[in-house]
Amino acid sequence: MSGRETGLAAPAAESAAAPAPPPRGDRLVSRVARVRELGIVVALVLLFAVTGAVNPGFLSPDSLRDILLNSSIVAVLAIGQTLVVITRNVDLSVSSVVGLSAFGGALVLADHPGVPAPLVIAGCVLLGALCGAVNGLLVGVAAVPALVATLGTLYAFRGVDYAWAGGRQVNAADMPEGFLALGSASVLGLPLLALVALAVLLAVGWALRNLPPGRELYAIGSNPEAAVLAGIRVRRRVVAAFVASGALAGLAGAMWAARFGTVDATVATGKELDVIAAVVVGGVAIFGGSGTVYGAVLGAVLLASISSALAVLRVDALAQTAINGALIITAIVLDRVLALRVAAALRRRRYRDAA
Amino acid sequence: MPDRPPVPPVLALHRVSKSFGAVRALHEVSLELFAGEAHALAGENGAGKSTLVKILSGLHRPDAGRILLDGEPAEFHGPADAQRAGVAVIYQEPTLFPDLSVTENIFMGRQPRARFGRIDRPAARRRAAALFAGLGVQLDPDQPARGLSIADQQLVEIAKALSRDARVLIMDEPTAALSGNEVARLFGVVEALRARGCAVLFVSHRLEEIFELCRRVTTLRDGAFVSGDLIADMTPDDLVRRMVGREPEALFPKLDTVPGQVALAVRRLTREGVFTDVSFEVRAGEVVALAGLVGAGRSEVARAVFGVDRPDAGRVEVGGRRLRPASPSAAMAAGLALVPEDRRQQGLIMDLSIERNIALAGLPAVRRGPLISRAAERARAHDWAVRLRLKFARLADPVGVLSGGNQQKVVLAKWLARKPSVLIVDEPTRGIDVGTKAEVHRLLSELAAGGVAVLMISSELPEVLGMADRVLVMHEGRLVADIPRAEATEESVMAAATGRGAA
Amino acid sequence: MPREAAGGAAAPRDPAGRLIRRWEGLILVLLVTVTLWASAGVDGFANASNVSFLLLDTTEIALMALTMTLVVVAAEIDLSVASTLGLSCAVLGWLWNAGLAIELIMPICLLTGALCGAVNGVLVTRLGLPSLAVTIGTFALYRGLAYVILGDQAVADLPPAYTGLATQTFGPVPLATVLVAVLAALAATVLHATGLGRSIFALGANEEAAHFAGVRVKRIKFWLFVASGACAALASLVYTFRYASARADNGVGLELAVVAAVLLGGVSIFGGRGTLPGVLMAVLLLGVVRNALILADVANEVLNFVTGLLLVASVLAPNLGAIRRRRHLPTPSEGKSVP
Repeated sequence: MSGRETGLAAPAAESAAAPAPPPRGDRLVSRVARVRELGIVVALVLLFAVTGAVNPGFLSPDSLRDILLNSSIVAVLAIGQTLVVITRNVDLSVSSVVGLSAFGGALVLADHPGVPAPLVIAGCVLLGALCGAVNGLLVGVAAVPALVATLGTLYAFRGVDYAWAGGRQVNAADMPEGFLALGSASVLGLPLLALVALAVLLAVGWALRNLPPGRELYAIGSNPEAAVLAGIRVRRRVVAAFVASGALAGLAGAMWAARFGTVDATVATGKELDVIAAVVVGGVAIFGGSGTVYGAVLGAVLLASISSALAVLRVDALAQTAINGALIITAIVLDRVLALRVAAALRRRRYRDAA
Repeated sequence: MPDRPPVPPVLALHRVSKSFGAVRALHEVSLELFAGEAHALAGENGAGKSTLVKILSGLHRPDAGRILLDGEPAEFHGPADAQRAGVAVIYQEPTLFPDLSVTENIFMGRQPRARFGRIDRPAARRRAAALFAGLGVQLDPDQPARGLSIADQQLVEIAKALSRDARVLIMDEPTAALSGNEVARLFGVVEALRARGCAVLFVSHRLEEIFELCRRVTTLRDGAFVSGDLIADMTPDDLVRRMVGREPEALFPKLDTVPGQVALAVRRLTREGVFTDVSFEVRAGEVVALAGLVGAGRSEVARAVFGVDRPDAGRVEVGGRRLRPASPSAAMAAGLALVPEDRRQQGLIMDLSIERNIALAGLPAVRRGPLISRAAERARAHDWAVRLRLKFARLADPVGVLSGGNQQKVVLAKWLARKPSVLIVDEPTRGIDVGTKAEVHRLLSELAAGGVAVLMISSELPEVLGMADRVLVMHEGRLVADIPRAEATEESVMAAATGRGAA
Repeated sequence: MPREAAGGAAAPRDPAGRLIRRWEGLILVLLVTVTLWASAGVDGFANASNVSFLLLDTTEIALMALTMTLVVVAAEIDLSVASTLGLSCAVLGWLWNAGLAIELIMPICLLTGALCGAVNGVLVTRLGLPSLAVTIGTFALYRGLAYVILGDQAVADLPPAYTGLATQTFGPVPLATVLVAVLAALAATVLHATGLGRSIFALGANEEAAHFAGVRVKRIKFWLFVASGACAALASLVYTFRYASARADNGVGLELAVVAAVLLGGVSIFGGRGTLPGVLMAVLLLGVVRNALILADVANEVLNFVTGLLLVASVLAPNLGAIRRRRHLPTPSEGKSVP
């Protein structure tokens, strides 16, 4: 090394050059985000128009009410899943948590009819939060990749459910009327369960946008290393996201029991796919850092609507799984293509600015 | 220590040591940072600078020794503690959240609050705008960090530090990826901060910058404290002596060669938004340097020539035959070799053993039938390890345990074992010790003398001027000058690199 | 003078490497222990017919684990294998119902599987999508297509020549196990003794550096996914003939066992590390545990509980040391996790 090892730094005389005008990348990026939610709305409108044209019964109040009810549970799960996915993780175990919580709640109600419903619901939420804490500790503290941890607990929680149920089924007749009424009750013409989902949506949506911990979840998913450097308690936040997802899955379990009345150990098996499909279709990036609960819930509504439309159009219900899969693939491919376009546009733009 | 101000240092390390397993990264190092003073941290790669920065930023905890804050012992349990103490760190690679807005990036972790604990967005936005106005830069606070240039990202980092009322600003090689203008702008901002009473710790390889910006310098070598000096009392050569522990010497044993046939011809190569219309030739036996500012597109040209990236237009010929684009394997078959810029990320696979790294670029050569012969693999590695005087314990050790210079030798061995006709080396001596540096230069020179066409990308002018038969200069994605050895001077190359060239 | 290691990553990684080399030893010890325990303590475990049932019962998992090992070493994952198996079963049942000769159907099934893998491969390599997201999608898609093709019917009138072949044994060793052994030898040779194997390890450990060294990253990954799909289809043939029943829901949930076996066998979920012998031992270990539990009258879903636990434990165990270490060394990369 000689004393002149300096790199080719330009002399300071050039520093007088005016700073370049700020690039307009932000508009492009946010436009893309909006395109996604708008796209779902357009898809919904098209779906309703076409299906309604074939069978006007699809647009009847009863049918719409049914769609709302069907999407409520997945919507609640999708909200919880969004919290986790934003942090660049995933929770595959939600369906098993729903099953566990639904069975637990139903069992308590059937065996001890005296226990007030709100207490049972709180118990379900708590049970879910506990399961979420297990996932959270595995991922956040023990650094097990979320996919592996929750794939494991997906089966582990279900196994607990089976062991607990031991083949037993709780029927609607075993449960108190008051609890079952919650599943079919309406307030101002809207199903109670849908209102619960809406309340959860607004609360979580507000918190994610306006509370520091909410923004920190986005920060963690956007750049985990920078999040550590920014002094964010990453582990604590990741655990919290999993606990919240678990708690919402617990709530969804109570909703399931109230809506369907008949509960055994198989409840909600495979639902995790609907949830992930809803979240991904709703524009929550699987790489973390971006997406909203509103998009995820729109995704849930779209999926429920497709499912109902299939029934109306007399397409085999078995096609639903394939459609979910196709939607997931389409959504991630679409996201990827858009992201590549944006990156290319930014690259050209910066080049133009520099030239 | 000379010329000690009367007030205690804002932040100081006192006989701090830190080891990772058996590796001693820092040994009893002391450092004092005073308000209103810029302090340089000098040392070669691996001297312990990054470890020291990580201790100050709360990422590592020292095994022994004390951190003193305003003269009082302090303990940093994590980055949050250091930040609360007023320490802000700007890393070489900015650490922003690409999905969040510039404003959110600045205030992440301590957003201004309104009622119900919610974030006061308008207030945050106003404060961000005010910070940028104070820095004299035009950045939209609502813009997402994704798509910002590295220089703009660093300004966001500085705004972040300002918003924290940082009393200590640590900058870890902040200029490595900046162009000249951007460096000047950065220095203006840092100077203003210093004048306001901020203590600045400046880590850089570029001596010129240290002498321009700093008042004091602490030098580390092999994890140990060497000296603390006032910049005014020393010359750049003094500093180099402290860093390397011996006299700086002429390091470039260039052998004269007679250029032969054109070995590599690049014709109108273009990659949109990166470089445009680049044409040049390298002859057998020639060492051609590709110079230019960081970000001028030199490495990108090398990547496209070798087929790592797909060019949008143009072609590459090796030995007169056109190369299939975007295929490193085709380039290799034609006799091309590329020693990439980033050794750890692109040149080597850190987890793999030395022998497997060397064999990776020549798997067919170590095959016996359909299977790999471990003996042949080892022989190939051993042969080149000896020729390049590689210091290693066992060839089966992961390459990650070697020093930077020895890692670079492994990369060279991997490619030289293929006996290439054209060798592209990108920053071949970056971050390696002086002795190895001379060996690498001698090796390149000998290769050229043996008929290999060498294309060398380098940011070190002395290296460029000492080694090259010809100097190609790039400026903002275009090739702007082709200077023969006789006419290549620091001035002529710099003029072309900064776009003021006669060419 | 390994100062460079002071930067962080290299120094703590090396002990982990040694641990993984010891990991296979640990699995072997566990396998022997559990086998001895089951032989002594579980009625009906240690007899020829049970051993041959045990071996037969792990066939599909073993077949899929072979290619899954290669895929995971390449730092990817294929969650769609069990669904590919289901789709191949459905195609088989459908074509058999349509009257095609079974000798013609079998290659079509293998092609179907390869095609499923190719779709995964294209999405991962051409579009650069994470294989996790892609194969969660195709996990649903392929299973859904299986239902669309075959509905909920079971095709059971399969030719006895083939159903017999699937349960044929030589002594206690089923024919299917011979197939597994042959393919395992092939896979182990490819992974551990060929240039392709070297390349797979290299690209799994550092894709960019492998690309710079001329490794055809995309092409290799694509064909790994194709192989994974084809192997799943092969497993579907064994499955169908073994149970003499082609159903759309054949093999639901098997991907758990496959992934569990691969990770339990010491393959790093982050790629670049692992051995095939380790995975095969893990397949056997899982098989022995499940078999012993079945003999002890434990319900199938509870077996999944055990598999799930083992899956988590196999990834958790190497991390426990890291947690203790991290208290002293909180590197910025600790927040990293695979979505």
